[in-house]
Amino acid sequence: MQKIIKIIILFIFLFVIGIFYISLTRNTNYNTSSLINKETPEFKIISFDDSNFYTRDDVKKNNYTLINFWASWCAPCKVEHPILMKLSQTKNLVILGINFKDKEPQAKIFLSELGNPYDLLAKDKNGKHSVKFGIYGIPESILINKELMIIQKFVGPLSVDDYNNIIKIIE
Amino acid sequence: MLSNLGNILLFLNVILSLSIIYTANRNLKISGGVDKNIFQLSLIQSTSIIICFFVLIAAFIVSDFSLITVYQNSHSLKPLFYKVAGTWGNHEGSLLLWAIILSIFSFLFLIYNKDHPKKFRLLTLIIQNILILGFLFFILFNSNPFSKISPIPSEGLGLNPILQDPALAIHPPLLYVGFVGASIYFSAAIASLITNYSEKSFSLSIKNWVLISWCFQTLGILVGSIWAYYELGWGGFWFWDPVENASLLPWFAMTALFHSLIVFEKRNLFYFWVIILCLITFTLSVTGTFLVRSGILNSVHTFASDPTRGIYILIFLSLMIFGSIFLLFQKYKKQNYDLNRNSKETFILVNNWFMMFYLITVLLGTIYPIFTDALTDNKISVGPPFYNTIIFPVVVIFLLFMALGPKAKWIKNKFENIRIYFFILAGAISLNLAIIFFFKSYSLLSNFIIISALFLIISSLIDIAKALKRNKLDYARIISHTSFGFLVLFIGLNDIFSLEKDYNIKLGETKKFENYSIQLQNLDLKNYKNYKAVIGKLEIKNINSNQTNILNPEIRIYNKPKTLTYEAAIKTSLIKDYYLTMSNIDRSDYYNIKFQKKPLMVWIWISVIMIVVGGSIRLFNNAKNN
Amino acid sequence: MKLNLFLLLFIFFSKFSFAAEKTVDQNLIHKNLRCLVCQGQSISDSNSDFAQTIKLVVKDLIDEGKTEDEIYEFMSDKYGDWIVFKPQFNTQNSLLWILPYIALIFGGFFIFSFLKKRQ
Repeated sequence: MQKIIKIIILFIFLFVIGIFYISLTRNTNYNTSSLINKETPEFKIISFDDSNFYTRDDVKKNNYTLINFWASWCAPCKVEHPILMKLSQTKNLVILGINFKDKEPQAKIFLSELGNPYDLLAKDKNGKHSVKFGIYGIPESILINKELMIIQKFVGPLSVDDYNNIIKIIE
Repeated sequence: MLSNLGNILLFLNVILSLSIIYTANRNLKISGGVDKNIFQLSLIQSTSIIICFFVLIAAFIVSDFSLITVYQNSHSLKPLFYKVAGTWGNHEGSLLLWAIILSIFSFLFLIYNKDHPKKFRLLTLIIQNILILGFLFFILFNSNPFSKISPIPSEGLGLNPILQDPALAIHPPLLYVGFVGASIYFSAAIASLITNYSEKSFSLSIKNWVLISWCFQTLGILVGSIWAYYELGWGGFWFWDPVENASLLPWFAMTALFHSLIVFEKRNLFYFWVIILCLITFTLSVTGTFLVRSGILNSVHTFASDPTRGIYILIFLSLMIFGSIFLLFQKYKKQNYDLNRNSKETFILVNNWFMMFYLITVLLGTIYPIFTDALTDNKISVGPPFYNTIIFPVVVIFLLFMALGPKAKWIKNKFENIRIYFFILAGAISLNLAIIFFFKSYSLLSNFIIISALFLIISSLIDIAKALKRNKLDYARIISHTSFGFLVLFIGLNDIFSLEKDYNIKLGETKKFENYSIQLQNLDLKNYKNYKAVIGKLEIKNINSNQTNILNPEIRIYNKPKTLTYEAAIKTSLIKDYYLTMSNIDRSDYYNIKFQKKPLMVWIWISVIMIVVGGSIRLFNNAKNN
Repeated sequence: MKLNLFLLLFIFFSKFSFAAEKTVDQNLIHKNLRCLVCQGQSISDSNSDFAQTIKLVVKDLIDEGKTEDEIYEFMSDKYGDWIVFKPQFNTQNSLLWILPYIALIFGGFFIFSFLKKRQ
């Protein structure tokens, strides 16, 4: 009996230290990956020029849609912008830009200076829509397929690796 | 230059530790007293590590940016006080402070325990020096405060402004004396196991050290909480954050330990339990260090934390744990106890029972997210609601035991007058009813907590009255226990009667709520030496009493390093604090203001100080009696 | 007499505790949600962009008539369990919730085993 208890105690400590060791080498960056492989939530978001609303129906029309949250005040958004420009030239992919908590004149200047990669452009003035997509800091991008399934989430600026990844998926 | 000097001193300390181990080991085999050389070596060791630390302080004072640590944590424009405090405000410098505490405690333990067996003293010294060596190697090979940088930068990066606070300057040293000080009874416990020194007198060798570390740990936690309250700007003082929990875990173990030491000293019971608690305390200290310093608990933002640092501490920790377990398994003998249900021994065991429950709960809450993340890839948060639901209901019972326990006599006790407890309980309940009747409160649990706290306070006061008559009073115990009752009472009342309002407000605007009105009257921009500040002028008016208060919260923009901080404006009085923070809302003319009324804050701090006063009285009494 | 007193107290307390359950406390919800972009702060304590957005959404959800638990569920759906400070009681977290009580009961038995069997 005493022997069993001793073995159990040893085992518990080994287990705890083992887990500590594993955790040391893990990437601690947080992403809301729980949304991947789930259906896109319903949304109705006003277009940038106030002319109409975009909903999931606009996503269904395309093979793939990339929803990109951006703002003129966000420095990393400038970093990822060239990648978005490159992505805008690919077929099979529609980019829905959502201008996040921004002032319109500044957003316009941003796009006229750096180019407009967005096929569809909407705005999220108070940020409420971002919550539906699990956005916690911009830029963030979400790749969705025709069946409205979220395939991939990108937290932070899109990198060249992300670009290649997206190209691989949509082809 | 300073870098070389520091490194030489560190090496000198390694050599000193090794020679102490060698000499002590040789001395073990020879009969006679403890070798004089050992005292000298030990004294030189303490002195040289202190000099080493002063070298580092000097580097901070003269802003010697050739040292990476100074470069990363200091700035030439920083006030002198924070330059000095910056020495231990970082990872490397704090480890050096640890080495000092380890060495000084080692020396003092050696000279103050002359009545104990030589073998036990020498072995304690050896074990302690092995620990010292472990830390010295860590400092030298992984976290060397004297590492050089080249080319030499012309200016430092500066210390994070929220760390530039007097409370935070003294918080770490206090806490370190607490939980690094626990190392000495870890070493003593191992030595006692090896030498089979399990007599009652063993407790005499460690009890003062336990008390010292406990007092400092308590003060350290208090100062940390005060800092959080004044500096972090959310109006609370405890958030069950992993970093806070890491300081609380050894505290539970220490508290359990010095209670069971009383039984061990008086009745020679629970020897192995005392040993286990000694081992647990320091093990928890190192575990806490591992969790905080390795960066595995940092979540969203990855800081440049060095994984080898974590691995080193983990190896150190594993050696400590498995070494102690191995030894304990070898030496453990089953002891049978036959305690009376109603006796002081039993009540002290009950104290330990609850302490272990708190410890396990807090430990589990702290490390559980690491487990879910590693095993199921799902990160969870364990925050205040978890601890509040699990711990507080149990506190109610704990307080009742705390009121009854100290009255019990050794071996066999009879409660003479049970009826009086009903009266106390009735008194506590009616006081509580008066409180909710006059001030309105809602939660069932908080009512129970207040009742039990009042129960403890009233019965302690009756004890005092009785003991004063007979002129036989254990001040230490009664002060600590009563203050603990008050602490819980004040925290409970503070929680229930806090008021919190959150508004977005423009210049000149007035907001009204309950019987207060609040107006943003003015905004002022001021330039200071190392920061700029937007200072708000807000008037808070109590409509009922027509009393007004002006509060000036600040938004500070520091330049080195570039950070934005929000300074709370706090109006403290004996009854309540007004607590106001203001922050700018990006891209708008509105300011977000958060107003809080926090009753009895000062009394929470005072209660904790009184708990420590109780502990110190016990310490002085012990010293006098020896 | 004592029984009556207890009953009275019980009614007194329960009246208060029921009164509290009816309204959803917005601030309490803020306190129980983690500000993901801050260091160990809750939504209530933070004034970051993220916290402000969440505050707006929480208000909307309350206006829609969602209960406190439904709001937590919504948030952990979107942002993962990390955002909620009170871990849910599910299979994964069962040990977290149960183990402290097991320790408490176990400790009680332990002490009991030390006591004299006959009084």
